[in-house]
Amino acid sequence: MSLLAEVTGSLGSIGYGLAAIGPGIGIGIIFGQGVQAIARQPEAYGVIRQNMILGFALAEALALIGFVAPFVYGK
Amino acid sequence: MSVDGLVGGLLASEGGGSCHLVPEGCGFPAPNGDIFFFDPYLTLSILGINFEITKAVVLMVVGSVIVVTFFLVAFSRPKLIPGKTQLVGEYGYLFVRDGIAREIIGKDGDRFVPFLTTMFFFIWIMNLMGVLPFAQFPVMSRLMFPAGLALIVYITYMYLGMKHQGPWGFFRNAMFPPGLPVFVYVLLAPIELLGLLIVRPFTQAIRLFANMFAGHLLLVTFSVGAFYLLSPSIIGLIGSAASFIVVIALTGFEMFIQGLQAYIFTLLTAVYISGSLHAEH
Repeated sequence: MSLLAEVTGSLGSIGYGLAAIGPGIGIGIIFGQGVQAIARQPEAYGVIRQNMILGFALAEALALIGFVAPFVYGK
Repeated sequence: MSVDGLVGGLLASEGGGSCHLVPEGCGFPAPNGDIFFFDPYLTLSILGINFEITKAVVLMVVGSVIVVTFFLVAFSRPKLIPGKTQLVGEYGYLFVRDGIAREIIGKDGDRFVPFLTTMFFFIWIMNLMGVLPFAQFPVMSRLMFPAGLALIVYITYMYLGMKHQGPWGFFRNAMFPPGLPVFVYVLLAPIELLGLLIVRPFTQAIRLFANMFAGHLLLVTFSVGAFYLLSPSIIGLIGSAASFIVVIALTGFEMFIQGLQAYIFTLLTAVYISGSLHAEH
């Protein structure tokens, strides 16, 4: 079987890079919209911040799982 | 590292090699998962199971003692006009009560405030161990510590949900929220069930663990880098100093992350408890 393309080196690093794309975009959207919401309605700061951090935590989990997976299934 | 190794490295670098001060030959000794494993101080064998008392366990006991002692000192003899310790304790307690429990759970959240407060401060102290001198190991970067906490949360919200909504009602309310078209339930019900049973405790534990793991690894990488780049040359010194400055900046960033992760863990606990107490989301 002839190889068209090959990746050598640490596949885990590449995996983490790929895993970070989605959460990166997501976290950007969350905080962008959050800041916008606070600017529009500063008196709702408490509720907005709370939900912002909650959404951030949920999106971030994906990137972190991507970070840990190479260590677990490494080599 | 031994003095011999240091001198040997110095000689090697002066002799034209670029091995810097690292005794173990050339090449950057990048830290890996091994830095999270310690040799046990002692091993207890109870019922055929080996309990290894490592640095992480010792730090956990120290952290527990700190939290318990602090709140005992702060609240054992409460005064109307609080002293310094009581003031700090009350501030932390009010932060959890007003910022997390009442905001998320609502009126009946007050009886969970002691649980949430203890959890918040315990996790925070555990995380802070990552930057405290001489400790310098975030205990929560070993998966089983956050997993144990997540298990406590899991049992708590499962019990509360079955108590307040009935064993079947708890799952029905989560899986079949009213007012949706039928074909949505085909997708929604398995996802919600999976989330309730597996995804919630799993992500809660992994989030805390992975944040601490990544932070500690980052700090160690740049610390090792600062030492590795240290060589008797201008470029080496500049590189080493830059790496060291990054370590200090990252330490500040880590302290922020540590507090944030303790907050997020407690916040999610409150959200799950709230979901168990009230059927609607």
